[in-house]
Amino acid sequence: MLNILVCVKRVPETGARITLTADEQAIDTTHLGFTISPHEECAVEEAIRLAAAHGGTTRVLTLGPAGAVEQLQNALAMGIEEATLLETDGGDWGPQATAAAIAEAARARAEPFDLLLFGNESADNGNYQVAVRVAAALGLPCVTGIKGIEVVEGGLVARREAGGGWEIFELPLPAVVSVREGINLPRYPSLPGRLRAKKAEIERVTPSRRSDGLEKVRLVVPAEDGRPVEILGEGPTAAARVVDVLRELGLVAS
Amino acid sequence: MASGTGTNGLPQSVRAVVVGAGIGGNCLVYHLAKLGWKDILQIDKGPLPNPGGSTGHASNFIFPVDHSKEMTALTRDSARQYEELGVLTISGGVEVARTKERLEELRRRMSSAGSWGEPDCELVDPDRVVELVPFVNKDAILGGFYTPGVSVVDSLRAGTLMREYAQEQGALTISASTEVTGVDVENGRVRRIRTDKGDVDTEYLFVACGVWSPRIAEMAGATIPLTPAVHQMISVGPIPMFAETQGEIAFPIVRDVDTNMYERQNGSDMEVGSYAHRAILMSADDIPSIEQSALSPTELPFTSDDFDPQMEDALELMPEILTTEGAGIRHAINGLLSLTPDGMPLLGETEVKGVWSVSALWIKEAAGIGRAVAEWVTEGHSEVDLHGADVARFYDHQRTKRHVDARSDEGYNRTYGIVHPMEQWLSNRQVRLSPFYGREEELGAVFYETAGWERPWWYESNKGLLEEYGDRVLPREAEWESRWWSPIINAEHLAMRDRVAMVDLSAFALFDVVGPGSLEYLQRVALAEMDVPVGRVVYTPILNVAGCFKADLTIMRLGETHFRVVTGGMDGPRDMKWFGDLLPEDGSATLLDTTSAWCTVGVWGPRARDLVSSITSDDVSHEGFPFARCKWIELGPVRALASRISYVGELGWELYAPMEQGRALWDVLWEAGQPLGLVPAGIGVYGTTGRIEKGYRLYGAELESEFDVVEAGMERPTVKEADFVGKEAHLRHRQEEPAALLCTLTVDDPTSSSGVKRYMLGREPILSGDGAPLVDSKGRRAYVTSAGSAPSLGTHLLMAYLPRDQAQEGNKLLVQYMGERYPVTVAVAGSRSLFDPENARVRC
Repeated sequence: MLNILVCVKRVPETGARITLTADEQAIDTTHLGFTISPHEECAVEEAIRLAAAHGGTTRVLTLGPAGAVEQLQNALAMGIEEATLLETDGGDWGPQATAAAIAEAARARAEPFDLLLFGNESADNGNYQVAVRVAAALGLPCVTGIKGIEVVEGGLVARREAGGGWEIFELPLPAVVSVREGINLPRYPSLPGRLRAKKAEIERVTPSRRSDGLEKVRLVVPAEDGRPVEILGEGPTAAARVVDVLRELGLVAS
Repeated sequence: MASGTGTNGLPQSVRAVVVGAGIGGNCLVYHLAKLGWKDILQIDKGPLPNPGGSTGHASNFIFPVDHSKEMTALTRDSARQYEELGVLTISGGVEVARTKERLEELRRRMSSAGSWGEPDCELVDPDRVVELVPFVNKDAILGGFYTPGVSVVDSLRAGTLMREYAQEQGALTISASTEVTGVDVENGRVRRIRTDKGDVDTEYLFVACGVWSPRIAEMAGATIPLTPAVHQMISVGPIPMFAETQGEIAFPIVRDVDTNMYERQNGSDMEVGSYAHRAILMSADDIPSIEQSALSPTELPFTSDDFDPQMEDALELMPEILTTEGAGIRHAINGLLSLTPDGMPLLGETEVKGVWSVSALWIKEAAGIGRAVAEWVTEGHSEVDLHGADVARFYDHQRTKRHVDARSDEGYNRTYGIVHPMEQWLSNRQVRLSPFYGREEELGAVFYETAGWERPWWYESNKGLLEEYGDRVLPREAEWESRWWSPIINAEHLAMRDRVAMVDLSAFALFDVVGPGSLEYLQRVALAEMDVPVGRVVYTPILNVAGCFKADLTIMRLGETHFRVVTGGMDGPRDMKWFGDLLPEDGSATLLDTTSAWCTVGVWGPRARDLVSSITSDDVSHEGFPFARCKWIELGPVRALASRISYVGELGWELYAPMEQGRALWDVLWEAGQPLGLVPAGIGVYGTTGRIEKGYRLYGAELESEFDVVEAGMERPTVKEADFVGKEAHLRHRQEEPAALLCTLTVDDPTSSSGVKRYMLGREPILSGDGAPLVDSKGRRAYVTSAGSAPSLGTHLLMAYLPRDQAQEGNKLLVQYMGERYPVTVAVAGSRSLFDPENARVRC
């Protein structure tokens, strides 16, 4: 039996050009949808698989604005059972404050979590810190960058890619693990899942905000390289052109 | 025109610029090239082959049958063209019914299939639906309408092939990733387009860029009244049942019309699309750029809250495959498409000469539209009549954002709706009110809309007439035919024939022709002789160069160099454009829109002269004011232009008064009419019952460019000497045996198999006595062009073009209506009136 918490973050799904708000504090999301990072999608998938294989409960948690319910519902539609929204007024929370709020929410539960899953980093800020800070706050062992989890007697074995090989970790439970894209292939939300998610009640908690060690000054969009994409053709007729390009690049002998 | 290349890679000068490389622009360049055009430049701000417009995410399926003749013709032509290009896959398709009302609607679709000649359609029961589409839940449906000819098209591939064809002809230069930044117009005509890659001189600018079209038109000072709107789609897969499918689609497409959804296989996925959610409108300027978009500018982030309610409907219809283990929502978008105020495309020349719209079209009709628009711009007319899609059909008020948004919003959920032929729009009403409006309201007028005008269709104050006329009002038992109808219409009709009626006709569109060249100009425009004495009223067809109907209207000669053209409210802007385009270049005649200056009331009936003479000292006797004359007369406090003509077959006049004096005119007529039994009568009488008893034709119903004057039975004994548009063709038509002849038919017995009297409303197929379709030598099927009660004759009348050999008086035929066939008889072959054939009531 595993009680699993998986933490995700609502981020804008951007196109090729990123536009900033006038105060340079955020991405202009007028035309954008929202998503979670690919690592987090894998964390959600991993939680569902582990619970299915070993029994237990799954809960997804996010800290964010009211709109982040959408990301919770997507996780519910994939198969997570319950959801918690640490609802903010929309301002940007740094990793320290975020981790403190998540740790507090985890601590407050009557039934403690056996496993807290995170994506290795968020898709927008990429601070790589929240999982580690939550583990430190809760006094739990932590591994990051994980691409394989196996539940064993008394704990779990986690694998991390390292150069040409693997680093293998044994952890007692409860533990905190952040995973990387590639650990699994996340499923798509099913239609019945989607309807279940729509009806599921979402726990809403107002988190208390701690001070943050990091302060965002402003965002800067790097200059574009301006190179247009060239479509080489369609179907078999494009083959000759592909060969030309491979030759130009020196990838095949002329 | 020379087309040297500038330093920027674009030609310096071309004959035509086509903006947009979606399905509209691609089909157009193909057909322009086929018609021999050279020096065409096609640009798009996106990359090829998918520049990021609506074509890139279209569902690409083609259901050929539509109630609209025009759209069905364009769609079938498109399917034929796509098949020739090898990009069409026949899948078949079923529209399923979940309600009894829908089953009735599907019977009506069978009629449309018959009228427009789509083969092999059938109504099927739930078992047969499941045979065709094994994953449909039989318990969710009552039946279906199966169209074997439903197909899907690879629209991107089609576009590529079409562009390639035009390039092979040496007709086309393409510049992708090129954005229009401006349009230069000189003397009302396009001269040049400006782009981020340089400027290009051009004679024509075709705006074919879908949701962005309004923005490009605006640069030229023209309007293309559409709004971008969201259509949601999800794609669910992988579905094991689809694993075996070779290619894109093996199962028929399902339209779950009662829930405003469709489900169509796309490879291993099932694509589910919806028109059920709230209309989500945007403006062209709010669409993100290509770079700003996560997918494409017209594939916006999915808003799941809007779609969730639809999922339950989809699951109910196809539970088995949509809940398959492992199948998930792999793709979900809010796709942008173009909506228009009346749901029809926007085609033809805009307010600016040389700037054409090829906008607001679906994949299913695009190739047909490409051909028709190319014909239109090249030859001045197209084989398929496009008047319903003509961008010139809108008045200024119909081009406002308020109107476009309100009607698009209202129309969106009707995409698969059961729309009654007389269905009224509810939004953005009360925009054009005649001065009689207040009085009409007091009389309990039921207002329908014509081109923004509120027009009384009948008056509740006439309810008492029902008792007077009893069963002569031809009461209707079936709900469908009683919808948007009242027996009071027929009672008003009978009261008009017995006494006298007044009819608000202020929705007429009027334009004055003035200047020394007026006569010469109108001689060129009109078929009828216009060199008539001042004070004459002339009814005339207006022909295109092919000798087919462009309009029919009346022209009053008010002075030596002053004429007034009167046409229908629905036709005003189109006719105004037609007349405007033919004006002499030397300025010797000019056109002035006087619609808003004059209100009109018609007074007709055997007591009309008693009414008018009681309030005027002018001579209104038959000798003093003969038929087809107009003159100014005093009517109490008002001087009105009286025109002695009639569309209802009675003695009487159209009375034109200055708009602000309309109320006074109404009141003086009303008061004088009381002792004569005057009734107010609505357009139900004027537009249907009165005219159909007389066999009078209506533009858009009987008269359209598919038929010529001889076929309509309207040729005059002689043709005037003066040259006029379409004369050569008209003379030819007079020499030939017509392929069809417009006839009036009586419904012999309207009783259905269940004993209910049923009354056709128009557009139903006419069949031979043994139930076979009637097809004329030009391949046109016989269908009902107009239908209506004939209270004075005690019957229901139909008008239809019949193949020449069938157009024999006394010929017994059938009409197919709501799944049953009713016996009809050809009562008149040609234009003779069934009621008062000698016109004794009019000319007395």
